[in-house]
Amino acid sequence: MDFLSNVINGISLGSIYAIIALGYTMVYGIAKMLNFAHGDVIMVGAYVCFFMTSRYNMPAIVGILLSMFVCTVLGIMIERLAYKPLRQATSLAVLITAIGMSYFLQNAAQLLWTSNPKVFKSVVGDGGIQLTEGLYVSYVTLVTIAACVIIMIALTVFTGKTKMGKAMRACSEDKGAAQLMGINVNTTISITFAIGSALAAIAGVLLCSAYPNLVPTTGSMPGIKAFTAAVFGGIGSIPGALIGGVLLGIIEIFAKAYISTEISDAIVFGVLIVVLLVKPTGLLGKKISEKV
Amino acid sequence: MKGKKTLNKTSKNNFITMGGLLLVYVIVLILKEGGITTNLINGQLVPICAYMIMAISLNLTVGILGELSLGHAGFMSVGAFGGVFIGSLMQQVSDSKTLCLLVAVIAGGLMAALAGLLIGIPVLRLRGDYLAIVTLAFGQIIKSIVNILYIGLDSEGLHVAFINKPEILDDGKMIISGSMGVVGNRKLSTFTFAFIVLMLCLIVIYNLIQSRTGRAIMALRDNRIAAESVGINVTKYKLLVFSISAAMAGMAGTIFAFNYSTVSPTKFDFNTSILVLVFVVLGGLGSMRGSLIAAALLTLLPELLREFSDYRMLVYAIVLILVMLGTNNPKIRDFFAKMFARKKTAKEENANG
Amino acid sequence: MKKMKKVVCFGLISAMMLSAFAGCGKKSDSGAIRIGGTGPLTGGAAVYGMAAKRGAEIAVEEINALGGMQFELRYEDDTHDAEKAVNAYNILKDWNVQISLGSVTSQPCVATAAETYADRIFALTPSASATDVTKGKDNMFQMCFSDPNQGSASAQYISEKKLGTKVAIIYKNDDVYSTGIFETFMDKADELGINVVSKTTFNTDSQNDFSVQLGEAQKAGADLVFLPMYYEAAALILDQAKKMNYAPKFFGVDGMDGILTLEGFDTSLAEGVMLLTPFSADATDEKTVNFVKKYNEKFGETPNQFAADAYDCVYAIYEACQKGKVTSDMTAEEVCDIMIEQFTTLKFDGLTGAGMTWGKNGEVTKSPKGMVIENGVYVGLD
Repeated sequence: MDFLSNVINGISLGSIYAIIALGYTMVYGIAKMLNFAHGDVIMVGAYVCFFMTSRYNMPAIVGILLSMFVCTVLGIMIERLAYKPLRQATSLAVLITAIGMSYFLQNAAQLLWTSNPKVFKSVVGDGGIQLTEGLYVSYVTLVTIAACVIIMIALTVFTGKTKMGKAMRACSEDKGAAQLMGINVNTTISITFAIGSALAAIAGVLLCSAYPNLVPTTGSMPGIKAFTAAVFGGIGSIPGALIGGVLLGIIEIFAKAYISTEISDAIVFGVLIVVLLVKPTGLLGKKISEKV
Repeated sequence: MKGKKTLNKTSKNNFITMGGLLLVYVIVLILKEGGITTNLINGQLVPICAYMIMAISLNLTVGILGELSLGHAGFMSVGAFGGVFIGSLMQQVSDSKTLCLLVAVIAGGLMAALAGLLIGIPVLRLRGDYLAIVTLAFGQIIKSIVNILYIGLDSEGLHVAFINKPEILDDGKMIISGSMGVVGNRKLSTFTFAFIVLMLCLIVIYNLIQSRTGRAIMALRDNRIAAESVGINVTKYKLLVFSISAAMAGMAGTIFAFNYSTVSPTKFDFNTSILVLVFVVLGGLGSMRGSLIAAALLTLLPELLREFSDYRMLVYAIVLILVMLGTNNPKIRDFFAKMFARKKTAKEENANG
Repeated sequence: MKKMKKVVCFGLISAMMLSAFAGCGKKSDSGAIRIGGTGPLTGGAAVYGMAAKRGAEIAVEEINALGGMQFELRYEDDTHDAEKAVNAYNILKDWNVQISLGSVTSQPCVATAAETYADRIFALTPSASATDVTKGKDNMFQMCFSDPNQGSASAQYISEKKLGTKVAIIYKNDDVYSTGIFETFMDKADELGINVVSKTTFNTDSQNDFSVQLGEAQKAGADLVFLPMYYEAAALILDQAKKMNYAPKFFGVDGMDGILTLEGFDTSLAEGVMLLTPFSADATDEKTVNFVKKYNEKFGETPNQFAADAYDCVYAIYEACQKGKVTSDMTAEEVCDIMIEQFTTLKFDGLTGAGMTWGKNGEVTKSPKGMVIENGVYVGLD
């Protein structure tokens, strides 16, 4: 019974990591850049939804849609202003710009919305389903898992079947060759960012619905964990991000429950290193054979 | 013939960097002794040296070996707490500040080198971002272990414990106490000492890069398979670079720790690793001179921006983004280049007229 | 590329050189006594630093409006980091600070306390509660309770009032404040025979999910959960405990204050939560009402204990300065000696307690008030 409830807790936590990781992997897999500002876009999304639902008493759906809209615009703007000028530069240069962007968003949020923590009102309502004594699944978890699966399927279909999706995959393999084939690389990458940022808004809303503490640094640690989850699952693999996220959550809860809360972080990352040693390209990552 | 010439040019460049560094040191020392520099600058001299060592050591991994590391602060942490531990023991037997510090720095460096070897092993199997994640994980592991580490010293000897604080006698003191880290540290680090260590690290790195080993390492970076095919031992060189780089970071950590009366384990977190990476990338991959300048400027920058009060860190972020765009975007670069060229010609015309 | 870099570097270096000397010769001749402090004004801990800064600002404004002795206040950002705190302190020193307000948070304050001790500048920290802050320094004083005080007072209180038979503790193990209270609570609990059935931790990197910690407490049958932590984490714990139908008594410390004014917080979750705190924004005495009103008007939010502590600090310094006849042309060292003498004999009434006195070790003696939250407001427990 204990074991089962830990599994459920693990999945609850993991589903949050997974939904962030899905947005992360979208940008990461296609634009091939570590977008460290992703966690902060999540934070902005959560703030927008918070103000809509708590301050102006709008229905939750309006809050979510508006925060998706704001994040999409923000994502495109960030891409245009900060990343696009560096298309030719090394990926590390873009990484540093992304870090700068992350600092910028955090500090701008602090100036705009102060550093006072805010309690986010869950968009799916409190409560949940009591399966049996001691086994409890909250609505947020159910909604998050459903959202994860829907997003995963939608993204897989989108990148696999549609023209735009194919263009994205082409860009991720070889930008130069894609351009020669008549694909507009800039537009494709902008759209990738738009989708990634819209997903960030959803992730932000669900993150704060599950853990209703909203401060300007809300997104940074989940962002890093999601990045870890995305790599764990295999870079660029959409199902990998989902599995990586959920597994990360389960490992974290198990480490806390069965070993020690004090060193759970060390255990989580230790397991991660071991898994990567056994499978050097993550759980579902493609093995790329190198050529000279 | 040609090869020799370029080599000379590199050597010349290296000497310019070292000479320049020495010159800055002498000037700053004179200003400091003359009481002209402010307390703010005086207080930052040692941390700047420590960050410079961090930057050049990370540049060795990222710029010369070509592997992204997101956990460099982890080595700094090992060096800081390892060094303080040994330094505190040394203080029981010796009164000489410099000797204590010297032993501590060497010990810190060695401990970090050991950690570097340890983390170097997964490096052999992993590439790119997968490797970066392992280094990030390593940094987190170090942080959470130091966070629960308690070491106390009293007349009965050493007490080491995890999670729960050990009981120590009244005559003793805690050297490392969990989340508080090091408290009541004697400030042993001096600007001159930190500078000498920095200079030594720089000389080691320059010699390494210019040696046969260095060329082998860069061959690995540029094309691993080709390098392997001509008989370069990947394992050996990668482990070598990781441990040298870690050792230097460890020494920087010890110097940094001994500059403050308290150091907490959370100081050496992911953000610090990222900060050092920013120094390296901003300064230019593989350019030690760039790393040195970037480390100094970016350490001072947040302090210089205090005029902006609440907007300080916002301005810092904007400056960071603009500098990255300015130095990496061809269009913006051309624009500035043209502007300066025009100014120059205008000046010349004025001079002529 | 190189050229651009050179230009940027040159610009920054010249700016640096300028600032290296700019600090000199900037002496204020306004006849005001210069008070300076450091605190996290940006970053994750900014909420505490901003509150302290604002509380102190209000006090200085009030005092200056009285005429007579004038104060000039300067707060510098330390981002809750010891290294940056020393930088911030050095800036204050360049400004010729005469009295220091230390740092707002513990770890940075340990670092700046070592500096103020070496420089012989008197310091009174509003809220850095670790014992290491004052240990071995004769010129370092605290306005808040020290951590051991809080820990043992809580244990004493729980034992005396028989609030719980089985106690669980959740604390933040990378936070000095939280671990400090935890350690002394445990010592005292052993002494008093309190039955501690579960000890679990969380940290900055994993402060969202408490299902395991609460689950363990529930399984161990704890009827009281002690939460030595700040209110954001406590709010999450209360929320998650309710969702899992776990309703023990919750007992907090002064960091818990602020939970009721948290924007969007469902105060019914905090129903029955007990805490030891020297300050509550709901108190009806004239001083508190006046302060809360002013703070609200000026900054649009309700002050927390950090603001109140900093407000008290400035007033305590004011009182000591008047008694010791401190003037703005004294050196910091002269002021320091006077202040040490005054503070060890001072009896001070403030927002956070009446009849406060300070020992030679710098720790304050004031009585914590036991509070319980009923219908969304604090009610005195006694």
